[in-house]
Amino acid sequence: MELPTQKLVHTFGALADLGQEITDSSDVSEMVRTSLHLLLGALGIRGGAILEHMADGQVLKLVAARGIDEGFPEPLHIDDAARVALLNAGLSALSPERLTTDKPDLCALLEECKNAAGTFGIQLFVPMVVRGELVGAVLLGGKATGESFTGEECDIIFSMVRHIGVGIHTHRLLEQLEQRAEENRRLYEDLRTIYRQTVRAFAAAIDIKDKYTQGHSERVGKYSEIIAREMGWAEEEVEGIAIAGYLHDIGKLVVERDIINAPYRIDAKQSSELNRHPAAGFEILSPIHHPYTDIPLMAKYHHERLDGRGYPDGLTDKQIPLGAKIVSLADSFDAMTTDRPYKTRRSLEDVIVDFRFNTGKQFDCEVVIAFCRALLKEINGESKERRILKMLGKNYVEAEKIIPLLSELISELDCIQISSAASSV
Amino acid sequence: MAEPASLFVRSRCVGTAAVIYASDYLNKLSGERIERECKRQLECGCQTLVIDFRGTELVNSIGVSILLGVIDVAEKSGAQLIFSDVNTETIQLFEMLGLTRHVALAKDEDEALTLLNEFAAPPQSFGH
Ligand SMILES: [Fe+2]
Repeated sequence: MELPTQKLVHTFGALADLGQEITDSSDVSEMVRTSLHLLLGALGIRGGAILEHMADGQVLKLVAARGIDEGFPEPLHIDDAARVALLNAGLSALSPERLTTDKPDLCALLEECKNAAGTFGIQLFVPMVVRGELVGAVLLGGKATGESFTGEECDIIFSMVRHIGVGIHTHRLLEQLEQRAEENRRLYEDLRTIYRQTVRAFAAAIDIKDKYTQGHSERVGKYSEIIAREMGWAEEEVEGIAIAGYLHDIGKLVVERDIINAPYRIDAKQSSELNRHPAAGFEILSPIHHPYTDIPLMAKYHHERLDGRGYPDGLTDKQIPLGAKIVSLADSFDAMTTDRPYKTRRSLEDVIVDFRFNTGKQFDCEVVIAFCRALLKEINGESKERRILKMLGKNYVEAEKIIPLLSELISELDCIQISSAASSV
Repeated sequence: MAEPASLFVRSRCVGTAAVIYASDYLNKLSGERIERECKRQLECGCQTLVIDFRGTELVNSIGVSILLGVIDVAEKSGAQLIFSDVNTETIQLFEMLGLTRHVALAKDEDEALTLLNEFAAPPQSFGH
């Protein structure tokens, strides 16, 4: 092969490899190291370095070096005048050995550079300028042949240095984008935390109004969360249903305290006043932009029943959102298992009987099954968490009585579900 | 974390010489392992390095840069450097880029080792 042709093929290969490296590499330091190898190997240059212009604008930092004496890695300081001079010089070959008076602003920098390189002779200093921005510089030693760089070789060097500059510039932009995305993610996470804390504060405010049911809203939130998770909801939706549980009774804030706290069964008029709370809750929650869907609807429909005898709209089964059905069961369960002003709490056996009786009338079958499963897992130890049992308190659950009752109810309701699914096909 | 070069680069010692097999490491960033292995051999007291190219079909720009690094390391420690079993195309490339001004060439590993004793201080090309 003729020498010039072989040289051309070798250089072309280096350029092609450089393009690929810059496009493919996700690790900027590896990209820079490989690029320096390619540049030096393309022309048989005995050593060199790539310096990056750091974001604060005051230094050029060594990011890759070959053959340069150890001790170089101190950042080179550049003042504004030198920076402007480098930008004006653009892609050109500056020689530290021939400090000329036409670029006086660069004399100090090139001198510092030469001193930093020690015995390594720097023949060329090439600024890396991309889209009017100083990205860094490349320092090159002499060729292994001992000859000087030709004009043609300088053109090859400029072309490769431009490629490397674009690579560093692009990586920098990507890093900034990733940093901003990360900041946004953190900000969003902070906002969600603030939102959740605000919701809990609201729940506490709702419960304070009702002195007999302290902690009710928080428990309904937790029960709803447990049921939704057992039903296989996505984590985002599980968070949403917990919020709905916390806020389901927010409408009580507009109901008179005396009615909420009446130590006796309330009359019809008081009852209709109290029954305003789901619709009032919807009014309160609707104008707020929640990070989860349908929170106002779950509050509005948590007293609806499958048989249409609920309120405020008397909806039936399919018309009621599943989330509202979950909150409804969680709400009823807590009402039955906590002491009220006019009655003490019911036994868990009783509650299970109530579930059996009211499934399909008041409660949704799938929701009851999920809740019973979650409770059973806690009682028989299959689940390590004891969230429901903790809320129910000590000495309330008699495992040997409850386990068979729950198992029986689950299989009974499973059968009903299977047969209703078959009949609807 | 730096990995022990000898785990990846095949080499052997013959007296005060070390033969390092370039294989196909040379043309990637992993070729720096060859340079590290050369340094390690020199630190262990080796006075001559033979880089054998029998398993190397082609040397690209990364390979050339790494070999220039090896030349640098050898020169700094005053060690002799021989390239053996280099194919014709690669020899032309090394001549064009000036590498042959700094290393001796041998037909194969055996020739490199046989002629070791005949080495005088200034490197000279033989075998091709
Ligand atoms: Fe309610």
